[in-house]
Amino acid sequence: MKPVTAIIFKDIVIEMRSKESISSMLMFGILVLTIFSFAFEPSSIDRSLIAPGILWVAFSFAAILGLNRSLAMEMDNECLQGLLLAPLERGELYLGKVASNFTFMLIAELIVLPVFVIFNNLKFNLQFLEIAGIAVLGTLAIAAIGSILSTISANTRMKEVMLPVLQIPLTVPVVIAAVEATAMVLSGETKGISSWLYLLAGFSIVYLTVSYLVFEFVVED
Amino acid sequence: MRSKILGILSLVLMIVNLYMIFIFAPNEATMGVIQRIFYFHLPAGLLSYASAYLLGFGSIMYLVKHDLKWDRLASASGEMGVLCTSLSIMSGMLWAKPVWGIYWTWDARLTLQFLLALIFVSYLMLRAYLPEREKRAALGAVFGVLAMVDVPFNYLSIEWWRTQHPQPVIMGGGLDWDMWKVLIVSFLTFAVLYAYLLGRRMAIAKVEEDVEYLEHAILAND
Repeated sequence: MKPVTAIIFKDIVIEMRSKESISSMLMFGILVLTIFSFAFEPSSIDRSLIAPGILWVAFSFAAILGLNRSLAMEMDNECLQGLLLAPLERGELYLGKVASNFTFMLIAELIVLPVFVIFNNLKFNLQFLEIAGIAVLGTLAIAAIGSILSTISANTRMKEVMLPVLQIPLTVPVVIAAVEATAMVLSGETKGISSWLYLLAGFSIVYLTVSYLVFEFVVED
Repeated sequence: MRSKILGILSLVLMIVNLYMIFIFAPNEATMGVIQRIFYFHLPAGLLSYASAYLLGFGSIMYLVKHDLKWDRLASASGEMGVLCTSLSIMSGMLWAKPVWGIYWTWDARLTLQFLLALIFVSYLMLRAYLPEREKRAALGAVFGVLAMVDVPFNYLSIEWWRTQHPQPVIMGGGLDWDMWKVLIVSFLTFAVLYAYLLGRRMAIAKVEEDVEYLEHAILAND
């Protein structure tokens, strides 16, 4: 088995037994959707104006929860030391973590998205699939940068608090691009949407490459 | 010695600069006196970009060379970045209230500058929560590199998101030659002051490191 797949496999097995990461992200995502329904009067304004924003607040904050969990799991019982002793490159460890974080976030989002559609009276049609496509791209971008930032924050004294402080400013381009693209799909005017999708894809590629190269500095002692 | 020269030079230049800004510079036709804020605002804004590049440069050099000197450069640039971004944002707000009628708008340049300030602050916060010297340098450097890579993405996305900002006047050639002179002196003054402060901050960081080292040595002897 290749090292990267071994890490993904390990994380999936742990997740299937504990179900901690996905269930917390899922619950948090739905809670965000709920609280926003109270924050904005549901009937008084055009839902399609604020719906993209609500969706991406739910996704990006739930992602932070999952990322924190993913690294806390490695920090407990010195599991990270064991991983570092394993015969694999540091960059491969990073890629494995990105892949498993990405998978868990997607699974949680797959359940949050229909709830979002129902709450906002949208339709289960082609639009829904298009939004799912944007969610895949945006989630990959968040997983790419979040996996290295959560490893950085796991080394600090205030682990859980540090990750949002580091991650939110850096993921602003992702949030803007994803919200704009989602809004375009919802309004039906998709002219110019490709530049936002390119931005999301470019962000993922650049951060996957840079993080792959510098990850060894994060985990070395 | 070098820092003393820079310090005295920046003091002299600052006096000249203040004279030029408040007395020599002509009044702007439509905005009047308030336009003089521009001579503080523009150098501070440009130096905040310089801070971002210095932070990124120091971070990369530390990852390559593993010399703490580069980490001191990066962290000092981070602090200078907070100073310059807040100076440019605050002076911009003071200017915007009478001219635009509002303190703040989510326009491209303002948003970008604000985001840059947030990134500098989160970089410094990360360092504050890493007690161990080597670890602080390594993780700070990695975050510095990630943050530097983020700047062009921020620029692109915000530029596409909001572009109602009036284009800068100096590129349009709408600036009086006397105003140009003041602006050039302002740039020079702020650049010298920046170099002086950066140098002092790095020297203080060196002393802090030495103290930390001595404290550890004393504790180890007890």
